[in-house]
Amino acid sequence: MLTKRIIPCLDIKDGRTVKGVNFENIRDAGDPIELGALYAQQGADELVFLDITATNEKRKTLSELVTRIARHVNIPFTVGGGISSIEDVNVLLNAGADKVSVNTAAFRNPELLNGLSREFGSQCIVLAIDTRFEEGDWYVYLNGGRVKTDIKTTDWAKEAVERGAGEILLTSMNNDGTKQGFALDITARLSQNLHVPVIASGGAGTMEHFAEVFEKAQADAALAASIFHYKEMEIQDLKTYLYKRGVQIRF
Amino acid sequence: MKTAIIKYNAGNIRSVLFALERLGVEATVTDDPEELRAADKVIFPGVGEASTAMNYLKERKLDLLIKDLKQPVLGICLGMQLLCKHSEENDTECLGIFDLPVKKFESPVENLLKIPQIGWNNIAGLHSVIFEHVPENSYMYFVHSYFVALGPETTAIANYVINYSAALQKDNFYAVQFHPEKSADLGQNILESFLKL
Repeated sequence: MLTKRIIPCLDIKDGRTVKGVNFENIRDAGDPIELGALYAQQGADELVFLDITATNEKRKTLSELVTRIARHVNIPFTVGGGISSIEDVNVLLNAGADKVSVNTAAFRNPELLNGLSREFGSQCIVLAIDTRFEEGDWYVYLNGGRVKTDIKTTDWAKEAVERGAGEILLTSMNNDGTKQGFALDITARLSQNLHVPVIASGGAGTMEHFAEVFEKAQADAALAASIFHYKEMEIQDLKTYLYKRGVQIRF
Repeated sequence: MKTAIIKYNAGNIRSVLFALERLGVEATVTDDPEELRAADKVIFPGVGEASTAMNYLKERKLDLLIKDLKQPVLGICLGMQLLCKHSEENDTECLGIFDLPVKKFESPVENLLKIPQIGWNNIAGLHSVIFEHVPENSYMYFVHSYFVALGPETTAIANYVINYSAALQKDNFYAVQFHPEKSADLGQNILESFLKL
């Protein structure tokens, strides 16, 4: 059986992880390669590296970093942050990324998704959506959650998949950082209505939260950052817990 | 020992190269017939679309060359599918080493089955030397929308609503549907076993 995936997310700034803290057994907590390799060793199913300072000048630094990650990490990884063209994606995939995630640029220019899936195949194109619940529905936000749109998340996700997005990475801004659990309703709505995998993000605080998002919201994968970085939860313990609850998990 | 990776318009060549590098093996990426024939091991990787890949191989006469290789050859993902008879992906005639069809996953109920299959799935019924250091029901990383049906050459089975070939072997040709280069330590064991053949 295909398993549910646990995906640690690493925020990268100027080639360093931003939230890195005191990990034992690693020399440099800020080094994305060491941290990524450590997560892989602990049983992470995939990794996401999000470049939060992605600008044109930094692009070259990022692609060099991607190559270093690809050399050392033996599980799949996605790279995102500021990607806005076919050329950007070409550079990152050639550097060794398995997938890329696009967000604002795809919303502003949806044709980008068609182009990317034609050029590279849907399987490596992840559409990231930042969403917030207000006035009775979930709406798409852009630019890292700073810019509101009038478009409903369900509508945008549906269109994006039709245009060639191969996975949806859904981050609930209402839940992100709260540690009160994932946004189950919108995750379930997307998962039930789309034929591509949905990665739930934002709100993970306990192991129970992961179980809920898989069991109640049919998420295909769950992403978290701080609880792993700050060692509040070990990936191996989480996977043991999920396994005992009967969730399909890789050991 | 010389290891060659067939150079063509496929997406995951770099990942394979890096995985070999982690095993201390330096491989050559080439479409030069002489170099491919002279290699001790040949890896035929692939992520992409079947008809485009076949056209590319034919234009360079690599289709004939691959069929003629005598040393151990390992097809990965699309590489495995291209070693089969025919693919439903754009109705493509493939190399025909394995007399098996490549079909598209179909969801029995709308949106029940996510296509492509992306993620870790277990492989069972293992019987090939390349699985010497891989326990039964180990998880491997798969990314694919098309699958190879079961046949006499099947050496590992996976299930995604239906049972299909996760690996094949016939004479010197080995093939895996999943990505050993991305399947953590157990995936590396498979590459290592292949390189030791």
